[in-house]
Amino acid sequence: MSTTSTQPSSAKTKPDGGPQRGEAMLGAEILVACLEREGVEVVFAYPGGASMPIHQALTRSKSIRTLLPRHEQGGVFAAEGYSRVTGRAGVCMATSGPGATNLLTGIADAYMDSIPLVAITGQVPQAMIGKGAFQETDVFGMTLPVVKHNYLVMNVNEIPRIVKEAFHIAQSGRPGPVLIDIPKNIQEARTQPIFPQEVHLRGYSADRKAGDLELNELVGLIGAAKEPMIYCGGGIISGDASVELLEFAERTQIPVATTLMGIGCFPENHPLSLKWLGMHGTVYANNAVNEADLLLAIGVRFDDRVTGKIEKFAEHGTIVHIDIDNSEINKNKVVRLPILSDVKYALARLNELLAKAGYERAGAGNFSRFPGWYEKIAGWKRSFPLAFKDTDTIIQPQYVIRLLHEMTKGEAIITTGVGQHQMWAGQHYDFIHPRTFITSAGLGSMGFGYPAAIGAKVAKPDRQVIDIDGDGSFLMNIQELATAHVENIAAKAIILNNQHLGMVVQWEDMKYESNRAHTFLGDPRDPKRIYPDYVALCKGFGVPCERVLEKKDLRAAIQRLLDANEPYVLDVMVPYTEHVLPMIPGGATYKDVIV
Amino acid sequence: MRHTISVLVENKFGVLTRIAGMFSGRGFNIDTLNVGPALDSTTSRMTIVVRGDDAVLEQVTKQLNKLVDVIEIQDFREDEYVDRELLLLRVNVDSATRAEVMQICDIFRAKIIDVQHKNVSIEVTGNESKINKFLLLMENFGINDLTRTGKVALARKE
Repeated sequence: MSTTSTQPSSAKTKPDGGPQRGEAMLGAEILVACLEREGVEVVFAYPGGASMPIHQALTRSKSIRTLLPRHEQGGVFAAEGYSRVTGRAGVCMATSGPGATNLLTGIADAYMDSIPLVAITGQVPQAMIGKGAFQETDVFGMTLPVVKHNYLVMNVNEIPRIVKEAFHIAQSGRPGPVLIDIPKNIQEARTQPIFPQEVHLRGYSADRKAGDLELNELVGLIGAAKEPMIYCGGGIISGDASVELLEFAERTQIPVATTLMGIGCFPENHPLSLKWLGMHGTVYANNAVNEADLLLAIGVRFDDRVTGKIEKFAEHGTIVHIDIDNSEINKNKVVRLPILSDVKYALARLNELLAKAGYERAGAGNFSRFPGWYEKIAGWKRSFPLAFKDTDTIIQPQYVIRLLHEMTKGEAIITTGVGQHQMWAGQHYDFIHPRTFITSAGLGSMGFGYPAAIGAKVAKPDRQVIDIDGDGSFLMNIQELATAHVENIAAKAIILNNQHLGMVVQWEDMKYESNRAHTFLGDPRDPKRIYPDYVALCKGFGVPCERVLEKKDLRAAIQRLLDANEPYVLDVMVPYTEHVLPMIPGGATYKDVIV
Repeated sequence: MRHTISVLVENKFGVLTRIAGMFSGRGFNIDTLNVGPALDSTTSRMTIVVRGDDAVLEQVTKQLNKLVDVIEIQDFREDEYVDRELLLLRVNVDSATRAEVMQICDIFRAKIIDVQHKNVSIEVTGNESKINKFLLLMENFGINDLTRTGKVALARKE
């Protein structure tokens, strides 16, 4: 018999003092007080009948800024943008029924990408639950498959404990979204709250630390390897382990490929960087990972967009998998050496063990441990660089991103929608810092880019935040231009406008003989006219926007976008015929790559 | 292959849905599931019989452990536990067959808990093979209806 139990989790926030008793107040006010105690600076909240008491309480908060999105989905994506750039749980709020269901896509998005998020919904009064009341939905039941945990508050006295637990669960271990559903009568009930200082959850523990035995085994494998690779992902970013990863790579002198979620966790201008792997990753990253004799998979989950045909992925190499989530180990790929650990701890400890074993940290340009391997990779880089056919007049989408990269020196925070522009943004912008490429990777939610940029800009007002978007994705949450304008949030957007759903068009070209099946976004009665008119739409929102038709005008237009201290949109017309390459078709192997 | 796992959970609102939803959402198959209060009244114990190979069992265990309300999981192997199931059934009888049904009940230590003109209701506990054998014998008389608890299991401990 094997017994597995969770070591009880006790997280102390303040070592001194036990629970604190507050003044008697309403449930809604207790909730706001709890959010203040968690250090929440901003909530993205759309009010409605079942959440009005909370909004009333929010108007009286001195420390929380409440931002009104123009759609609940915009609010949850903005909260995600905030989370993704700060690492702290973003907070969004909606009313019952349609308000709550409009949050679902964003909650699922946070779940797929392991983003800490606390979503709060109003619910109809307890006496009305189950009666088919106006704006009633079972949001607890609906969110179960896409949350790390959720709560339906049944008693006003539970609010402080639940909020404390929700933030702890959302932000610890492998992060994720937590939902709190609060019936209106509980928001309006009065009590004297007791604020706990600690969390006691006997079924939850976030503490995972690798043992020296397994780490020493890994050091031994590194010593014997001739062509090793690091494949690392979002776990490095959520585990705040970029510094440790850089040292580990420089001590071992092993080249690094990231996943899409891992972009920025290792500087892409580093000589050991092969950028990212997977369906639209670089040929050299895919070749190197698949042909390595030792593959160190760190903070990753062997997603199908990374591995292609899973049985063939890295089939000849010894695979080591380090992750904080035990359920990811041996889930998609059975590995030789699984290490259950917080990646920051594991890498830091590995660096100590490596130092003891005589691995000196090498400086940039001074890597010599695997000369044959480096030469092989350099050959792939020469043969298969990330390239596109540039022209003198037509604006190629890849060119826009390269120019933006040059003009921002790689220092901007980039958000994206989902589709071709997203892949090109990842390919042609070189990211050098973690938490600067903000993208919906796992769920692939169109409409993510602009609201996420709003959330990112609120969190980092001193940074340039630019949404690189497609015309399809941008239109899906265009109403958030109102939020940006009214709240004076200088989130910028560059629309790579090809009047089509470009990624679907690309697949139509490859699989369906270019038969266009509802992928044209313009006006079929007047297909030559650019539609919709984003300049006019933005004007309606009070946001400046320029349409860019010619290559010669692009640099100056981007400069105006960068210089603006208010929201600013560039509508850049690009050809719809361009494909994202390289591409490994779904379910294929790296050898089937189209270049 | 079938595995018996015992899951100690928080006795909280929605916990059964969380567990059942995890199974359906990840495509695992439950053969039987039984829930009831555990020794500590703030907890419940579930006995779940799962169908799948070792890899499936490994994932089931890990995914269950990820749920915040799951406190402990025991994955039982042969002889490490005792298990029982309770069966209630209603069997058609007439004056000619009633005595034979009662005789079989005696052999299986089953109890007759209700008698009508045309049927009797029977309670029987035992392990799976006993229950199945009993059902096989009763089929000859005509089973009118039945309900089973599914397996409940407890670890052997010195």
